[in-house]
Amino acid sequence: MIGRNLAALLCGLLFGVGLAVAQMTNPMKVLAFLDIFGDWDPSLAFVMGGALAVMLVGYPLVRRRGAPLFDSQFHVPTRRDLDARLIGGSALFGIGWGIAGYCPGPVIAALGFGITEPLLFVAAMLAGAQLQRLLMDRS
Amino acid sequence: MENFTPFSALAGGLMIGSAALLLLALSGRIAGVSGIVNGAIENPGSDRTWRLAFVLGLVAGGSLYLLVWPQGVTVREGFPTGWLIAAGLLVGFGTRLGSGCTSGHGVCGIGRLSPRSLVATLTFMVAGVLSTAVTRHLLGVGQ
Repeated sequence: MIGRNLAALLCGLLFGVGLAVAQMTNPMKVLAFLDIFGDWDPSLAFVMGGALAVMLVGYPLVRRRGAPLFDSQFHVPTRRDLDARLIGGSALFGIGWGIAGYCPGPVIAALGFGITEPLLFVAAMLAGAQLQRLLMDRS
Repeated sequence: MENFTPFSALAGGLMIGSAALLLLALSGRIAGVSGIVNGAIENPGSDRTWRLAFVLGLVAGGSLYLLVWPQGVTVREGFPTGWLIAAGLLVGFGTRLGSGCTSGHGVCGIGRLSPRSLVATLTFMVAGVLSTAVTRHLLGVGQ
């Protein structure tokens, strides 16, 4: 239990520092990356490249073990089908991302800067997710 | 292209990838931030604790960076609040509906060669580019 929570804390910390180092936490940098029709700054492609390189090499190695260190099994999605929710949801997410330049990980790390903008965005983001749950989840 | 920063971007990306891989190896979990956050709000009991720990780590990561290198933090001024809130609502609604965001689909999902995540990532990248083009250049938001 303690191992699992400590692992999550430290991985979150490394993840957050990485987002800040990469400048994903700077919405102006993100919008400059998405603005291919304007003064395009392709830097953030290198964030994706670096992160993916580690995952593509490491994932098969990690999965070769039967179980993670602090749990009895891996909790990995198994669905492979494409549906309207996946594509429609991703499109809505992309529209919001392209308006303000924040996505969930970076904006939460940016809370640590102690400035107002990320706080407002996170509040709206949490409300948006719960709105989706209320409107569209049947259970 | 005067602000091109490939080296810090690559260094940050390697840290992000390592963090995601470590979380999988230690806890068996996908480092998808939208899913972790929504689960922290919606799931009861012990499943909530590790999620809150991860979120706390993320925020602490931002603070640690600010502490070590304050000149690396740029604050945006004057972005319209209405657009900021609308964007937040769309990101929250969309990532929950689409089961993931830049980290869960873009890094972890493509990293494990998931066809769903590949399609999701292409979709939000294209939508993001079009959205920035329209809101910045046609509507003049934040300019």
